Amino acid sequence: MQIRDLNSQFFRGVMLVAEKDMRIYYAKAPVLIFGFLFPLFMFLSFYLGREIDFQIFFPGLLAMFFFFTASSVGPLITPWEKQAGTYERLLSFPVNINTVILGDTAAGMIFGIVINLIILIVGLVFLNYNLNIFGILLLSISILLGAFCFSSLGVLLASPSSSSPSQIMMLSGLVRFPLIFISGIFIPLENLQGIGRTAVYFSPITYLVDIFNLSFRGESHIPLIIDFTMLAVFSIIFISLSNRFHKRSLRKGL
Amino acid sequence: MNAIEVKNLTKQFGDLTAVNHISFEVEKGEIFGFLGPNGAGKTTTIRMLTGLLTPDSGDIFIDGVDIRKNTIKAKMKMGVIPEMGNIYVDLTAKQNIIMAGRFYGISKRELDKKADSLLEQFGLYERKNDPVRTFSKGMKQRVNVASAIVPDPEILFLDEPTSGLDVQSQRLIRNIIKEMNQKGTTIFLTTHNIEEANILCERVGIINKGKIVAIDAPERLKRTFDKTQSVEISFHKMIDGSLIEKSGLASRMEKLGDKWKFYTDNPDKLTKYLVRFAEDQDLTIISMNICGASLEDAFVKLTESKDYAD
Repeated sequence: MQIRDLNSQFFRGVMLVAEKDMRIYYAKAPVLIFGFLFPLFMFLSFYLGREIDFQIFFPGLLAMFFFFTASSVGPLITPWEKQAGTYERLLSFPVNINTVILGDTAAGMIFGIVINLIILIVGLVFLNYNLNIFGILLLSISILLGAFCFSSLGVLLASPSSSSPSQIMMLSGLVRFPLIFISGIFIPLENLQGIGRTAVYFSPITYLVDIFNLSFRGESHIPLIIDFTMLAVFSIIFISLSNRFHKRSLRKGL
Repeated sequence: MNAIEVKNLTKQFGDLTAVNHISFEVEKGEIFGFLGPNGAGKTTTIRMLTGLLTPDSGDIFIDGVDIRKNTIKAKMKMGVIPEMGNIYVDLTAKQNIIMAGRFYGISKRELDKKADSLLEQFGLYERKNDPVRTFSKGMKQRVNVASAIVPDPEILFLDEPTSGLDVQSQRLIRNIIKEMNQKGTTIFLTTHNIEEANILCERVGIINKGKIVAIDAPERLKRTFDKTQSVEISFHKMIDGSLIEKSGLASRMEKLGDKWKFYTDNPDKLTKYLVRFAEDQDLTIISMNICGASLEDAFVKLTESKDYAD
């Protein structure tokens, strides 16, 4: 088998894993609850009863939704498949662990993009942003990169060798919620001080919020190149760690 | 070239050596049975052979391809029915088969025809569009087998394929295995069912405590244990088996439903004694069989004996 055939087999595997995930897991209750309802209620609890300029708040809100939706599919898939006994079947197909990781990441990414495109369109219609071509280009690239980054975090959260979806969802909540609070969504970056100001740089959401602020409102606190580089670096770290954890669980037993 | 070549394969889980430097080959077109008691290392071995587990050391070649170096290429040559490998219950029977085939690069059009034909063969055509969650265990396993054979693999790995199934499903799956083999597919089968291995396999390998204790044709393995012949007898009413054992002609006895099975080194003497015993006690003999050593006897000896186990 030629290298080109092997590459096409690899990409076909990635697409098939993603397609399988979309068919089976998008409609599962934990994905809808943690991916859609949760950020919605979080936003409502923050927004209702306060006087907030929605035009200023929208980029952060969009980034928060992106984070929750794109990272909600990944944590569910592997433990669910281990519990149902389908993980072994999946791995018996002509795939390797990277096929599965990237397929699961693609499924989360597509879920995040589809849901948030609706929110984005609603925002653009009602909030009168004047997006120029640069802003649209910036928004498009950052949406793709941000969705990939958050989705790969979701896949990483599913990597511990557990066959209990509830345990992984709990772990996922423990990791995801603190990241929201240190990302400049609820408190703008310029108002943060001391340890809070340092902590924001450890959250990938910070960089997407910053790019969204630049796209929608022309304001940014971090150089654009750093924003994109950091999202890429976080993605590489999440994918590499997922690969390492999954391989370790293959060595230890399924 | 062999279909499967295993050299010095080893796998440890913590302090436990699940598979301990095993080596064997399976020829192309062969049906090879892999037997062993629970926890002997069968599933660990098959998982390593199919690329699901990473060995600690040793080499595995699938049709000449090193599975550790070229996992996808090696997997393209095989179909796998894992022991715990369920199918997707949220998908229909046909969707499961089509999804499996697409992983092997078969076109959707070809798969549509193949899936229908397999569903017909497995008696599931009428239920092809029902979600698998509504199926019985036997029906699910049939979909599982259909999904594994849809790419017409060169090598088919089956881990306990008939375990816990009804008789019809067991027969159907065994017939499929034979059919696949007649078409040239190499079969690697692990099973608890010794009789199944006896009927299907050209050679069997027996693993115990992570080590291969024997590899041979079933009939040759049985002959190794010829001493353990037995006489099976059933009278018109149940008798006390110890009355026969007292004769000293039977080394051990076993009650099998309405029959007694007496193990002996000298079946001729024991048969004559049993006939005389029936006459003396005014018993009618319903059935009497002299049985050679079975594969099960060989298996028990090989896996119980300290010489082989350690």
